Amino acid sequence: MATATKVAAAPTDTPARPGPRRGRPLRWLPLAPATVMLLLFLGGPIAYCVYIAFTNMQLTGASSTDFVGLDNFQRAFGDDDFRNAVVLTLVFTLLSSLVGQNTLGLALAALMQRASRPVRTLTGAIVIAAWVVPEIVAGFLLYAFFRREGTLNALLDWLGLPSQNWLYTLPILAVSFANVWRGTAFSMLVYSAALSEIPKEITEAAEVDGAGGFRRFWHITLPMIRRSIGTNLMLNTLQTLSVFGLIWAMTRGGPGNRSQTLPVFMYDQAFNKSLIGYGTAVALLLLLVGALFSMVYLRLMREEV
Amino acid sequence: MRPTAPLILAATLAATAGLTSCGGGSGSDPDTVKVVYNRSTDNKIRFKDNHLAEVKKQFEKANPGKKVKLIPIQAQDNDYATKVQQMMRSPKTAPDLVYEDTFRINSDIKAGYLRPLDDYLAKWKTWDQFVDTAKTAAKAEDGKTYGVPDGTDTRGLWFNKKIFAKAGLPADWSPKNWDDILKAARTIKQKVPGVTPLNTYTGKAPGETSVMQSFEMLLYGTGEAGGNPLYDPDAKKWVTGGKGFQDALGFLRTVYSEKLGPDISDALDPNVGTTVFSEWLPEGKLAIALDGSWLGQNWLKTGGKPWPEWSKTLGQAPMPTQNGQAPGQVSMSGGWTWAITAKSKNPDLAWKFIQQLQTKDNAVTWDIVDAQIAVRKDVAQDPKYTSSMPGITFFTGLVKYTHYRPTTPVYPQVSTAIGEAMEAATAGGSSPEKAAKSYDDQLKSIADGATVAASGQG
Repeated sequence: MATATKVAAAPTDTPARPGPRRGRPLRWLPLAPATVMLLLFLGGPIAYCVYIAFTNMQLTGASSTDFVGLDNFQRAFGDDDFRNAVVLTLVFTLLSSLVGQNTLGLALAALMQRASRPVRTLTGAIVIAAWVVPEIVAGFLLYAFFRREGTLNALLDWLGLPSQNWLYTLPILAVSFANVWRGTAFSMLVYSAALSEIPKEITEAAEVDGAGGFRRFWHITLPMIRRSIGTNLMLNTLQTLSVFGLIWAMTRGGPGNRSQTLPVFMYDQAFNKSLIGYGTAVALLLLLVGALFSMVYLRLMREEV
Repeated sequence: MRPTAPLILAATLAATAGLTSCGGGSGSDPDTVKVVYNRSTDNKIRFKDNHLAEVKKQFEKANPGKKVKLIPIQAQDNDYATKVQQMMRSPKTAPDLVYEDTFRINSDIKAGYLRPLDDYLAKWKTWDQFVDTAKTAAKAEDGKTYGVPDGTDTRGLWFNKKIFAKAGLPADWSPKNWDDILKAARTIKQKVPGVTPLNTYTGKAPGETSVMQSFEMLLYGTGEAGGNPLYDPDAKKWVTGGKGFQDALGFLRTVYSEKLGPDISDALDPNVGTTVFSEWLPEGKLAIALDGSWLGQNWLKTGGKPWPEWSKTLGQAPMPTQNGQAPGQVSMSGGWTWAITAKSKNPDLAWKFIQQLQTKDNAVTWDIVDAQIAVRKDVAQDPKYTSSMPGITFFTGLVKYTHYRPTTPVYPQVSTAIGEAMEAATAGGSSPEKAAKSYDDQLKSIADGATVAASGQG
C-alpha cells in the first residue's frame, strides 16, 4: 500500500472559490450504471433475504407466507442445534483459517524466500494447485483421503500405526484440515508479496547488528507486514465462514451434527426441513458473526505503529 | 488513510452474495414437454433414462411437431426433491411433468406446486385398471388426485443362504418375531466371523431410506393389528412416541450396541443404500438385509452390478411383527407418481405424455426394468411381468400386509425428526425413552400441537 506519499487531506472548509460546485454531482454519473447494477443484483436479493428472515416461508408444505416478526431469531437462540453450529463454526474458523491457513501460509512464504528457484517454483505450484481445484472436487479428494478405506489409513497401516475412520471420529478436524489444505495458497501469495516488499537493507542491517533469524522475524518482518496480516486474516475468515461445498461433500455435516457449521445448518433447515424463513434468519446471524470478526481485524489494523 | 473500509464492504457483499442464489430459466415452448426425473447416482444404472428415452421416441413419432425435453437430475432423493421444489417455485423454471415420490407429494400439493388431474382422469379408461390403494397414493386432503403412480414397492428380509448354511441356520428361514431375527444375527456373529450379521438402516444421512426401510418396518409391527402407531387419520393427529416407538428404537439400539449391524460409521454414510446392494450383498459380507423389493434389478445383466447367482444365493422372508401377533407380517409401501406442475404452460401435452408412459406395454416394461411392484391389474397378470424376476411373486404377496405412510403435508418433516431419533438411539448413546421424548418435542412444533398420546400400547 503506497501510503508513504503524503496526500494533503482535502479540508472540508476550503475557502470559497468562485468555482463551479454544480459539477460535483456529475462526477457520479460514470459510476451510476455500476451502482444501479449493484443495487439491483446484489442489494435487491440481500434486501429480499432480510425480508424472508422475518417470515415463515417454506419450500414445501405451506401455501402462504406470513410475517412472523422475530420468531425465527428467538427460535435460533433456543435451538441446541444452532448453538452447536455456532460453536463448530468458531472451531472451524479458528483452526483452519486463523491457525492453519495463516501460519502455514506465512511459514511457506518465509521459507520460499530463502529457497532456490526450482524449489520455490515446485512448492508454489503444488500449493496453488490445491487452491485452483474447485471446492467440490477438493471435497471429494479429501473424502477419499480420510475415509476408512482411504489413503490416510493406508499410509498409517503401512507405518504400523492404528487407523480409524477419521470422518466419524474427528469430523470437524478432518474438514478443518481439508480447508487448510485448500486455502493455504491464498495466504502464501499474500505473504510472499508482503515479504518481498521489505527492504533488504533493513534486514541486512539487523543481521550486521547480530540479530538472529528469529529476532529478525519477530522485530522486523512481522511489524512490517502487519497490514497484510490483517487484510489476509479478514479475507480468510470471511471465506472460511461461508465454506459449504467442502464440508457437504466430505461429511454432510455429520455424523449426527458433529461437523455441522452454520452454512451447513442453514442448508439443512432451509432445504431438508423446508424452513426457508428460519434458514435465512440463520444466514443473517452468520453475517453478524462475519461482521464481528471484521470489526476486530479493522481495529487491529488501525493502530499506527 | 483507511482504504480498507470499501474493501470490507466489498468482501462482505461478496460473502453475502454466496448466500443468495438465483437461477436463470429458459422460456417455455408450446410444443415441448419438459420432463424432470431423478437419475441414479450410480453411473452404471441408467434403465430409467433408457426407458424414458424410448417413450420419448414413441411420443415424438405419434405426435409430429411435438418435442419432449428430458431433464435428469442426478442426486440423492433429498437433494432431488429440493431441486425440483425450487424449479417449481417460478414459472420460468417450472417443468411440465415431474416424477414425485408419494412421500413428498402431499407436501408439494399443499405448497400449490401441482395441479389436480381429475378432469383428465375422468376421461381416461385406463384409470380403472389401477388398484384402489394406488389411486389414493396421490390423493390430497382436498379429495383431488394429483399424480399417476407407475408402480409401488414392498419391503422384507433378504438373507444369504450360503452364510446361513455356515452358521447352521435353515435355508427356508422365516422368523416369527423380532427375537428370532436377533437370535439368527447373534448366531451368525458367533459362527461366521468377519460377516456383518444384519443391516437395518439408521440415522439422518440415508434420509427416508432409514426411516421407512427400517424404523417404520419395526414400528408398524408393534401394537395391535389395525393400529395407527404413527398417525391417527380419524383424529388427524400425530401419535407421540409411545411404547411401540421406543421398542422400535430399542431394537435398533440392540443391533448396533451388540455390533450385529455394520460399523456405525458406515451406517451413517449417506450412500450406504448403494453400498448394500453393490458391495455387501454380492460380496457375501452381509447375512441379513432388511430392504426393498427392488434390489434384484441391480443384479440383472442390465443392472449396475450384474450378479448371476443372486437368485440362488439369496432367500427372502417376510418381516414379522414384534411378538408374532396378528397379522404376523408387516411391510411398508411407497412408490412414485407422475405429476403435472401448477405453473406448467403445457398441461395438456404433459398429460398426453403420461398416457404414453402408461400404455400397457410401457407400463409392463417399466415395472420390469425398475423392479417395481405393479399397481395395475392388467400389468400384474401379464406373464412377462410375473416371470420377470425371481422373488417378484414373494414381494407382490406382501401387498396384503403392507402399510402406506401418512399422506399429510408435514410427513417429510416428521420423517426427518424420526431420523434424528434413530441416530440419537443408535449412534448418539441416548436411551430410546430420551430419543422418543425429543421426538415428541419436535413433533409438537411440526404438527402445531395436533398430537395424541400413543394408545393401546401400554
